Amino acid sequence: MRAYLWLIPLLPLLGVLINAWFGHRLPRRVSGAVACLVVFGSFVLGVAALIRLIGMPPGQRIIYHKLFPWISTGGFESAVALMYDPLSAVMVCVVTGVGFLIHVYSLGYMAHDPRYPRFFAYMNLFTFAMLMLVLADNFLLMFVGWEGVGLCSYLLIGFWFERKSASDAGMKAFIVNRVGDFGFLLGMMFIFAVFGSLRFHDVFKQVAADPATLTLTVTGICLLLFVGATGKSAQIPLYVWLPDAMEGPTPVSALIHAATMVTAGVYMVARCWIMFLNAPLALTVVACIGALTALFAATIALVQNDIKRVLAYSTISQLGYMFMACGAGVFAAGVFHLMTHAFFKALLFLGAGSVMHAMSDDTDIRRMGGLMKWLPVTGVTFWVGTLAISGIPPFSGFFSKDEIIWSSLAGPMGSWVFWVFGVVTAALTAFYMARLTFKVFHGQPRMSGEQKHHLHESPPSMAWVLILLAVGASLAGFLNIPPAIAHLLHLPERWTAAFTNFLEPSVGTHEQAVYLLEASVGGSQIGFAKLAHGLQHNAALEFGLMGITLALAAGAILTGRWMYVSRPGTGTALARKLPFLFRTLQNKYYLDEFYKAVIVRPGMALGNALWRGFDVLVIEGIVNGIAIATAIISRLFRVFQTGYVRNYAAGILAGAILIIWVLMR
Amino acid sequence: MQEFYNRSILTVLTFLPMVAALLILLMPRGAVIAIRGFALAAALVNLALSVPLFFLFRSAEAGMQFELQVPWVYLSGQPAITYHVGIDGISLFMVLLTTFLSAIAIAGSFGGIRTREREYYALMLFLEAGMAGVFVALDLVLFYTFWEAMLIPMYFIIGVWGGQRRIYAAVKFFLYTMIGSLLMLVAILVLVWLNYQHTGVRTFDILQLSAVPMTRAAQNLLFLAFGLAFAIKVPMFPFHTWLPDAHVEAPTAGSVILAGVLLKMGTYGFLRFCLPLFPEASAAFAPLLIALAIIGIIYGALVALVQPDMKKLVAYSSVSHLGVAVLGIFVFTLQGMMGGMVQMISHGLSTGALFLCVGMIYERRHTREISEFGGIWAVMPKYGALLIMVTLASIGLPFMSGFVGEWLVFLGSWLANPWYAVFAATGVILSACYMLWMIQRVLQGEITHEQNRGLKDLNLREMAVLVPLVAGTIWIGVYPKPVLDRIEPSLARIQEIVAPAQPFAEDPAGPMSFRGVRDEESPPARTSQTYERQVVVQPRDSSHRVRNDNPAAHRVRNDSPMSFRGVRDEESPPAQTSGAPNNAPQESGR
Amino acid sequence: MIWNATVPFGAWAVLSGLLFTMGAAGFLVRRDPIVMFMCIELMLNAGNLLFVAAARYLGVVDGQVYVFFVMTVAAAEVAVGLAIIVAIFRRKTTIDVDEMSEMRG
Repeated sequence: MRAYLWLIPLLPLLGVLINAWFGHRLPRRVSGAVACLVVFGSFVLGVAALIRLIGMPPGQRIIYHKLFPWISTGGFESAVALMYDPLSAVMVCVVTGVGFLIHVYSLGYMAHDPRYPRFFAYMNLFTFAMLMLVLADNFLLMFVGWEGVGLCSYLLIGFWFERKSASDAGMKAFIVNRVGDFGFLLGMMFIFAVFGSLRFHDVFKQVAADPATLTLTVTGICLLLFVGATGKSAQIPLYVWLPDAMEGPTPVSALIHAATMVTAGVYMVARCWIMFLNAPLALTVVACIGALTALFAATIALVQNDIKRVLAYSTISQLGYMFMACGAGVFAAGVFHLMTHAFFKALLFLGAGSVMHAMSDDTDIRRMGGLMKWLPVTGVTFWVGTLAISGIPPFSGFFSKDEIIWSSLAGPMGSWVFWVFGVVTAALTAFYMARLTFKVFHGQPRMSGEQKHHLHESPPSMAWVLILLAVGASLAGFLNIPPAIAHLLHLPERWTAAFTNFLEPSVGTHEQAVYLLEASVGGSQIGFAKLAHGLQHNAALEFGLMGITLALAAGAILTGRWMYVSRPGTGTALARKLPFLFRTLQNKYYLDEFYKAVIVRPGMALGNALWRGFDVLVIEGIVNGIAIATAIISRLFRVFQTGYVRNYAAGILAGAILIIWVLMR
Repeated sequence: MQEFYNRSILTVLTFLPMVAALLILLMPRGAVIAIRGFALAAALVNLALSVPLFFLFRSAEAGMQFELQVPWVYLSGQPAITYHVGIDGISLFMVLLTTFLSAIAIAGSFGGIRTREREYYALMLFLEAGMAGVFVALDLVLFYTFWEAMLIPMYFIIGVWGGQRRIYAAVKFFLYTMIGSLLMLVAILVLVWLNYQHTGVRTFDILQLSAVPMTRAAQNLLFLAFGLAFAIKVPMFPFHTWLPDAHVEAPTAGSVILAGVLLKMGTYGFLRFCLPLFPEASAAFAPLLIALAIIGIIYGALVALVQPDMKKLVAYSSVSHLGVAVLGIFVFTLQGMMGGMVQMISHGLSTGALFLCVGMIYERRHTREISEFGGIWAVMPKYGALLIMVTLASIGLPFMSGFVGEWLVFLGSWLANPWYAVFAATGVILSACYMLWMIQRVLQGEITHEQNRGLKDLNLREMAVLVPLVAGTIWIGVYPKPVLDRIEPSLARIQEIVAPAQPFAEDPAGPMSFRGVRDEESPPARTSQTYERQVVVQPRDSSHRVRNDNPAAHRVRNDSPMSFRGVRDEESPPAQTSGAPNNAPQESGR
Repeated sequence: MIWNATVPFGAWAVLSGLLFTMGAAGFLVRRDPIVMFMCIELMLNAGNLLFVAAARYLGVVDGQVYVFFVMTVAAAEVAVGLAIIVAIFRRKTTIDVDEMSEMRG
């Protein structure tokens, strides 16, 4: 078993080396095939390991494999060591599975790009880094993947680097991520200072053993780590990079900025569940940030006109959902949504790519419409994605989103406030997705004649990927049927909440969460007077709340149809009535401008002031001032240097006579 | 055979380039190809000769290895000045860096140097000899001789083959360094005299001088005199202004050597002289130096951000990166010092490579203005790929050498005082800003200048120059163990001297007393070869530190829900995690 | 046979002093570097004369040894000096020392 765990990340690395060194000499077919095959190889290995994991007793589902020591010196130890547990397994399968499909899609999508091998080298490098992130058995190695995916994101966003906007976006992504990484780095130092190790196992064991006394410390650590998560997973206040990241090729948006990399923050929080549950304050922060981001990004998505940007804001919003679930103390729900989201958001992005492919790379939905006629496969699969993300049964999003909304109320840290945020966001999600889908695929065609002439369905390699992802997006939800529904349908025990049960060894059970929280609150003075013990599974309440959500979502979709198909002018009219709100939303609440005014410009001004003001004027002034002072003093003595030999000789003679006179006196 | 190698190798490494330089001066002026070939061959032979050092070095030992001591100058019958050379884990890598970068720099000069080539290559080899001498010398006179001697070739390399303002830059470089080193010369003489007063032995041997008792005032003054020389060389924050000028004016290879090796002499000097010779003064001045280092990290990065000239940008980034190294050295935790050392090596590789990259496009376009470029990745794909890799190494991406150094320094400074780490780690963000912005303006975007459209991609020689550097950074980044293992004992010995040193707090007899108290506590013979390896974890005792000394408390309670699934023991118990948290807390770091 | 000194040491000293004064005066007033060289030689030889006389007078050999050093130094100096003069002449086509004041501060 151990023997091939290391092959999972190694295979994509091999692909990188092949495509980076020989890529330009290989035929395109081979170069693309290599890239896809290595990812597929990893997928097969990941599934094999998963099967092996399921075969083990639930309490022992974990495989360690230490490869070699890494930075170990002066009492600090860290190794390149891998770990495969249910959480890693889910992530590995999502990353390689969805990743493989996106690789295959890219074969067609990138077919005409001159830098074809480079693209696949980057994609494989990303897969490698992401696998390191999820397979790491210590924080430091996780950080390798963490920065590695950031790098690949930078490279791939700026893949068409000739475009200024693309290279700007890449740089912005990297730098904003680095701000998050700064927090992550500090968090790791804090962990080592307190626990003397960075291995998950060592750290969590200590926290679990003594939650009461550690709370204050762990709260600090968790908040620092969460700064990292806000950067990587595009949460308030560091979400600004993700919408711009849409400058990258669409498969990149699907793989990195929807399905995998941006979920790394959620993964990290879930991985550190013991620590977060030991820090109720941090958990509250996570939930609040998540809830706010979910709502906030959804409102922006309402008015965007770029097909990819709508999806980008939707991604931010969905990530907010995941954090909200984690913050409510139900990590399994967050991870479950992570998985279903990977399917339907990859599907939506790839569908958008297919639309752009047909529309000659136009992304403005105001120039689309009625595309269902020309792109039936894309249209139908896009509808599957829309229904899934809107939470319409039986598509996967229904199960995962319902789980989250229920958890935000019933979880150990749940609250009505979070539930309200969740439901409102669900309605908004359904509405903007309906707006997008109706505007693109239905109604009157609004594209130019030129574009209309070129409209065509994507090649089979792309279409098949869409179909496969649509199947995933439809069925993935059945992995985790809520107990209430299972009970209603008299499903067998092993069908009930199968995914949650599988994850439990990695992210804990409800009882464990309550236990940890009680210990933390009891031992600290953070001020949680009364801890919500969570609501019991109350079928009536659950169905009632589910009904509210569903009704809102369905209503939103119908409203979308009414506004954008039946009465196409309504949206514009509404915007004209509320110009201030509309403009604020369209400009994303002016956060980019705010950062530019508060951080970027002052930073540059400070640099300039330090350079031209301090370095050149003050320091150089002192240095050159000393030189000038020396020159002025020496000018006094210049008159003695006439340059005539005889003057010097006379001086020597006079001096000699003087000395002799003194000696003879 | 090996015995002979052990005794003579350091001498050979120092004087072989010197002999080669003399031979080059005898060659006819016009035989350019032969001169280049011979210079490169000499540097490569030196490199090849130095490689076995790495493998023969006994990594468990803290003391000097490959030692050779020959009496040189007698004073009243005692061999006061000796030809004494030797290396420990610290100087080992400095020597290797010297031979490695010298070969790279010579190979990297073939394109850029077109005048007076005979003299140029002779000076480069002289420079190599001087640098190697500085790192192997164990006698203060010998050290000082090499320290000064190495200035001369550098002065000429900048002053003769430099850019527009080369004379200004060369003189500034020379005078700046001289001011520091003259004070150091005085300090050396005072130190030797103090030792003579105390022991009656006249000696300039570094190892024998390391326990000279002295008054607080004397120790402070000597520390400052040595420290100023090193701070200028590093260069630390207020003394850094010679660096941008020297770098901008120097030819490419000069910059590579300057950044790669010469600056390391400052940090090396701190480790070799300031800390072990003046531990109390080091402890007393550490807050000042840490503050300057942190200012340097942030200041260098901010100023680098707005530079219009690529070389100046890299020069200011050096100020920032070496601030990290100095910070690591002066927090006096073993992790920090190890990190400082790795940062020195890493900076040598990555910044050397950056200067080579800048030089390569300078040779093609004869400008280094960032605004003159843009979009050249499209015409120079290999160059783009390598420049990006070098940049990433410089900004400390994990699995590249910069990360190992920075992480250890930040960790070490956190253990000393978390605020140090918080401020220093902002450099991580800022370095990404200035480096990536440069990448964007140079490599990305549309091609804005027509001249750039026809630029040739890197040729085989240029690849051969850059690829080893990149490979080196990746090697140290992925598998730093061989490097760390060799450095650790030597640094641990210095750290043991410095870390317990109180800044004169326990001087019982007032400011003028000898420091007898400390000597009893410190290890009896600091030069002893029998250093027993200790793993020193020095977590700081602070309020947030909650550690239960009772191992039983860490056992998972059976009655709690955490016992059944939450945490499982893995297959193999973590025997390698030495700083096991349930150990009794050891002495706090400082 | 032993040479019997009849000339007193004082006479030698005066002669040496006169020679040295002539040399010094000549060096200061003449502009021709060749002549100036000769004046230098005169001064050096004045010194030599005094050394030899003193050695004889005191009955020790040290002075005579010094003379040998002085002579070798003088020879080397002439060789270098003449070479410099030739080089200067090539460059400036004059050897007037008053024309050579580049070292003026």
